[in-house]
Amino acid sequence: MSNEIELIKDPGLPEHKLRQSDVDPKAADRAERQVAILFGLSSLGTIVFIYSYLFIPVDRFVFIPLMGDQNLHQLLLGLGFAAALLFIGLGAVHWAKTLMPDHEVIAHRHELRSPDADREAFVKTAKDGAAAAGLGRRSLIKRSLGLSLGLVGLSPILFLGDLGPTPGNALRTTSWKAGSRLVTDPGDRPIRPEDLEIGAVAQTLPELAPGKDHHSLNDIAKDAVLLIRLRPEEFNLDAERLSWTYQGIIAFSKICSHMGCAVALYEQTTKHLLCPCHQSTFDVTRAAKVIFGPAARPLPQLAITVDAEGFLIAQAPFNEPVGPSFWERSA
Amino acid sequence: MSARERIAGNVASYVDDRTGAAAWMKKNLQKVFPDHWSFMLGEIALYSFVILLLSGTFLTFWFDPSMREVVYDGAYVPLQGVEMSAAYASALDISFEVRGGLLMRQIHHWAALIFMAAIVVHLMRVFFTGAFRKPREFNWILGIGLLTLGIVEGFLGYSLPDDLLSGTGIRIAHAIIQAVPVVGTFFAFLLFGGEFPGIAFIPRIYTVHILLLPGIFLALITVHLMLVWYQKHTQYPGPGRTEKNVVGYSLMPIYMAKAGGFFFIVFGVTAFLGAVASINPLWLYGPYTPGQVTAGSQPDWYMGWLDGLVRMAPPLEPVIFGYTLSLNILIPGLIIPGIIFTGMALYPFIEQWITGDKREHHILDRPRNAPNRTALGVMSLTFMLVALLNGGNDLIATAFDLSINQIMWFSRIGIIVLPPLAFIITKRLCLSLQRADRELVLHGRETGRLVMMPSGEFVEVHEPISPEKAWLLTQHEQNAPLELEESDSRGVRRPGLLKSKLRKRFAVAHAEQVPKPTMNDVREIEHH
Repeated sequence: MSNEIELIKDPGLPEHKLRQSDVDPKAADRAERQVAILFGLSSLGTIVFIYSYLFIPVDRFVFIPLMGDQNLHQLLLGLGFAAALLFIGLGAVHWAKTLMPDHEVIAHRHELRSPDADREAFVKTAKDGAAAAGLGRRSLIKRSLGLSLGLVGLSPILFLGDLGPTPGNALRTTSWKAGSRLVTDPGDRPIRPEDLEIGAVAQTLPELAPGKDHHSLNDIAKDAVLLIRLRPEEFNLDAERLSWTYQGIIAFSKICSHMGCAVALYEQTTKHLLCPCHQSTFDVTRAAKVIFGPAARPLPQLAITVDAEGFLIAQAPFNEPVGPSFWERSA
Repeated sequence: MSARERIAGNVASYVDDRTGAAAWMKKNLQKVFPDHWSFMLGEIALYSFVILLLSGTFLTFWFDPSMREVVYDGAYVPLQGVEMSAAYASALDISFEVRGGLLMRQIHHWAALIFMAAIVVHLMRVFFTGAFRKPREFNWILGIGLLTLGIVEGFLGYSLPDDLLSGTGIRIAHAIIQAVPVVGTFFAFLLFGGEFPGIAFIPRIYTVHILLLPGIFLALITVHLMLVWYQKHTQYPGPGRTEKNVVGYSLMPIYMAKAGGFFFIVFGVTAFLGAVASINPLWLYGPYTPGQVTAGSQPDWYMGWLDGLVRMAPPLEPVIFGYTLSLNILIPGLIIPGIIFTGMALYPFIEQWITGDKREHHILDRPRNAPNRTALGVMSLTFMLVALLNGGNDLIATAFDLSINQIMWFSRIGIIVLPPLAFIITKRLCLSLQRADRELVLHGRETGRLVMMPSGEFVEVHEPISPEKAWLLTQHEQNAPLELEESDSRGVRRPGLLKSKLRKRFAVAHAEQVPKPTMNDVREIEHH
């Protein structure tokens, strides 16, 4: 035995196997019929499609086991369309597999790189071209062109400048003012403390400014406030925050301090608020302190009290920006 | 000559008279493509894209990309009288009043999900078989670009109807933009035309969704396919297949029929799903308002991993020199995805650096024969899977009666522990499979037949495997790790020693293999 390593050999392409349709004309005819039947089924599908489009009303519903109530128009339209397409595909593939020649073909593959002479010629052409333009020698042209291209490249930034205003103070302000009444959302009714039972939650907004007839989405995105009523002794707050509550009623911004979703889930037994987007969990009894999840800050608390008529009002605007963080938030 | 042949001849000469393309056409109509089911994954992506263009064009005829407030008075009774954007109202009209509108909307949405799924599985095929190696690195990068754009395009698409669910998604995207240090707030104000939600983003993302991105897609897909065409398709190893040939069937007629037929099959299946499987029933969500949210809100699956990462992020939001750095958003929302996509795009070059292999490769690897790469792939998938599962933690919690906190902690620990574990297990599995291959070549296949020897001993009869199979199991190269000189000929240490040490360690790990059997081994066995 020699010491040279001999690899196992490539036996070469296996012998071609004939299909039944290659040797038996009957099988080939059978395959032809099968293909024709598949194409025929496609035509049937189109007929169902046309019939449904023309004759089944858009609002006809039928009950189908497992699927429940289904819109018959959409269902049959879709099934007809699907069949029309699917059977064309199946027919074509069956045709290719049974009747078209299935001899494997070998094509040669050449390395992609060009012959050395071509590559050199290419490099030379490129060099000659660059030399002819004189870029290397005439550095004044090169530099001034670079400068002008760079400057004109800035123009899209200017062109797009009017896409929107600069932020200004917008992220720090809401519609809440000292004395704003809290009103229900929806309904815009002012709320008295006795409207809220212990354990109740209400979604509120500031009362509409005179002359406005509804809350814009931009306002709601900053103004939405949740009212929650607990027993006053359940709070675990410092004196200042406690003075922001009224008879066990506490108010928080509903806009999550993480990414701005509405913190809409309140669990009465644990007194936790949960944001359904990323599950940040806030403890209502401890001024919405984050007890779980990715949020890093408590929900801003709105200081509330009642006015002379006994309606709940804001003592003052929020003392910090509501909603998600931004770079200059604490600046 | 039959009439038909004459017509075909006339068409051919008409075209050639005007283009001189006869030689080119002949060559390319006979172009040989290798056959394998996994080569259809990219095709599915391509056909889904065509379906998206067709169904999307239909939808644009009725969709009104405007945030103008209207009071709905259409056919869907529960929302009559509700204030909403014109975009949402027109999406309802498409669903309830346009004949075939709901079907087309559902086809469009299903096609988008299939498009993304096909891209991801196609990418996995290309990765695990090493199809990205030279000369196909460019096409790999184009593919990563298409994947990235696909995620953005899909997200913008399902954000267009302006329902409560999609608006919540936009809210989160807005928060990610706003969290970018220094310029985030300005960027957010520019893109949204002011404060969130404003009235600008639907028309703007509409232009991007139906014009800008599809245009870029068309260009990238064209180049992607041209490169496949020009470089010729890779093929799986097998008898008669070499680096110098392509074994398969010619384009005309086999692949024209098969690929053309397959387009109709993909379209048919998508239409079937659109007909029977409800998707994104946006009339149930109601119009978007920032003060409300749907419980169990979920992005589409290809965004789920991102949401899962955001959910599991620790609550880090340091204030540095008076400025807020929202690491709880930036790390999962921008930094990790950035690392993932950059890493993916660079992988062919990283592997080349490790192996030092600058040759062309057209024969695909069997994944087990590249244990390190396969393990790396499974490791990355494990990472994505944990993230994806955490993106559905609320649904999992509801379905299996678990607490969200438990799942979150499982994910937080799992995303660090499980990927390396997956790497180790996969690598060992690959090496075991190599060992099994070796056994098969040397000792043949177990037949299950037991024979009693004269001595009373029982042995199982092994049958030798076919030469074709033996070739398949041994055709791969097994290269020694790259040799790196630590010092030059005069004994002077080379600069960048740390880098080269690292490279050496990678190279050794990458080259770990069970030696494949050779004829010498086979003969030695026969000897005994």
